[in-house]
Amino acid sequence: MKKTLSLILALILCLAMVSSAGADELIKVGIINNPPSESGYRTANDNDFKAAFTQENGYDASFAYSILLEEQLAAFNQFVNDGADYILLSAASTDGWDDAIAAATEAGIPVLLFDRMINNDGYVAAVVSDMAKEGETAVAWLLAQGLEAPAVVHIQGVMGSDAQIGRSGALDAAAAEGKATIVKQQTGNWSADEAKAIVESVINAGTSFNVVYAENDDMAKGAVAALDAAGISHGIDGDVLIMGFDCNKWALKELLAGNWNYDGQCSPFQAGVLDQIIKNLEQGIEPSEKLIINEEKGFDAKELTEEDVEKYGLGE
Amino acid sequence: MPKSIKTLLSGFARSPLLIPFSMLAVLIVFNLIMDPAFFRITVVTNNAGYPSMQGRIVAILNNGSELAILAIGMTLVTAASGGQDISVGAAASIAGAVILRVVCGDETAPTALHASIIAAVLASIGVAMCFGAFNGVLVSVFKIQPMVATLILFTAGRQIAYWIGGGKILNAPGDVFKYFGNNIPGIAIPTPIFITLACIVVIALVLKFTNLGLYSQTVGINVKSARLNGLNPVWIKTLTYIIMSVCVAIVGFIKVSRTGNINYDTLAKDIEMDAILAVAIGGNALSGGKFNLTGSIIGAYIIQFLTNTLYATNVSSDSLKAYKAIVIIVIVVIGSPVLKEYADRLFRRGGAAQGVRS
Repeated sequence: MKKTLSLILALILCLAMVSSAGADELIKVGIINNPPSESGYRTANDNDFKAAFTQENGYDASFAYSILLEEQLAAFNQFVNDGADYILLSAASTDGWDDAIAAATEAGIPVLLFDRMINNDGYVAAVVSDMAKEGETAVAWLLAQGLEAPAVVHIQGVMGSDAQIGRSGALDAAAAEGKATIVKQQTGNWSADEAKAIVESVINAGTSFNVVYAENDDMAKGAVAALDAAGISHGIDGDVLIMGFDCNKWALKELLAGNWNYDGQCSPFQAGVLDQIIKNLEQGIEPSEKLIINEEKGFDAKELTEEDVEKYGLGE
Repeated sequence: MPKSIKTLLSGFARSPLLIPFSMLAVLIVFNLIMDPAFFRITVVTNNAGYPSMQGRIVAILNNGSELAILAIGMTLVTAASGGQDISVGAAASIAGAVILRVVCGDETAPTALHASIIAAVLASIGVAMCFGAFNGVLVSVFKIQPMVATLILFTAGRQIAYWIGGGKILNAPGDVFKYFGNNIPGIAIPTPIFITLACIVVIALVLKFTNLGLYSQTVGINVKSARLNGLNPVWIKTLTYIIMSVCVAIVGFIKVSRTGNINYDTLAKDIEMDAILAVAIGGNALSGGKFNLTGSIIGAYIIQFLTNTLYATNVSSDSLKAYKAIVIIVIVVIGSPVLKEYADRLFRRGGAAQGVRS
């Protein structure tokens, strides 16, 4: 039984080698990402990569998905052993990559990061969002709204995540400088339900507030549901300003309808830039910058157009 | 002290409901000290122009609905199979995805319902029952540890939900869909409270008029003797998993109805742990056998109470879970058999001394 099994395995390995040999003019890339089911952001991100790294575009791409560091490391090592030409990585965790990066460097495989940074500078280039800048853009917008005393209900993402740290940072700084008051700061773990419960508890405590700063669209939606149930007006001309992040298409439609006030973009489109970097590297051109920051905007409900919703909205 | 009170006290001390009720009392007192208006309920006009009931008690009852419904199923599963179903959160995500898929058809944000909501709910109950039966058969026929058997769906469930939803965020059309997770126009009390009440009444009637309770306890206590007494343990265990799955489908429905759309990854996330905890707080042995449904349901509301209390106090986001854990440690230790036995002995000794003196 064991013999047959090992025979079959050997056969499969041979076949795999033959098939890869047949496609040697293609650039072999191993792409490690988080599962597309994670969020609308991730779905758009995954679709972007699947659309860019096709055979027609000259790539033989393999995809591996996990939110666990161990599984991502296993996939990474697999790609190194399989002799990938490039490894593209959206790391589940910032630490723990030293050995893997060293192995890839030794094997001469360039590692390109997208979406998330790691604590190791052995990579060739990184295309990432600047979450802190997203927060700064949003807070700058808020302070420009001319509220006499912004009293903010701050609903945070999963504590310790890149997006949470970046988006909380700017608001915390504004509160420390006395430009805004945070009347409630609590984590909604990216979930609409938890955000709704938090806002309910603020309303029930009788605390007054005029801004909801939710670190993603789902939580902004949950917060709005709580306001709706309590009969508190929100959005343009409302009593409470609603701020969200990520720019899902359904969220931008809420802005368009005047129910929300602001949505900060977090661009999931990194594949185009990476494609260009790889094509350049193939011709021996090193990327001019090691760290490339996604260009991201914030949308004001008063200025948002139908075209913006189509162009920047994630999902359908 | 009159003897009758002593007997009453000692009876209460041995009652499985002692821990859950005293925990609830402690939480209420704590909340009242913090906020004397804790029980205040107001009826406001919501943004749709209908009456809506607001207040912390309402929020607890409303938000605790899902957990209370799951606690029902989890108690039965625990009693009959001596293990827990850890796939309920993922399965609720599947149920929610099925409902939205049916009402949305091929579109992601249709303008009208593609099928009636009842049809969608029935479809999701059907799908959930299949998964429930799958779990049940793994446990009863293949005798796999419940936690291991349901680990399969726990791992794969959200991916399956994502696949059912076509990888897109589905948005249910119309206002009617949201009635079930929010308010029916004209009725101030949130609908999930009614749904939970209905579930509790149904299960109470089932337990009163059928042998489900007795049979699942018997199977949970001793499979062999249950079989010798003419029961079919395979069927009874599977049945409890199917009942669990119906609870899961209802929870999935409430969840998607609350917001009108779905996030496959965060819908009912980690709810399985809270459901198991509710069963434990309710004074049930997680190894199966005798069960106390009332305890589990109170346990569910205790957990929601705790979450709500932590939101109301200004506990920082970083330490929220730590505080929750501390309270839970206290509850579980107080309810542990060792301490229970100790308390029991204390009361009985008191009773005996009284007997000698009189």
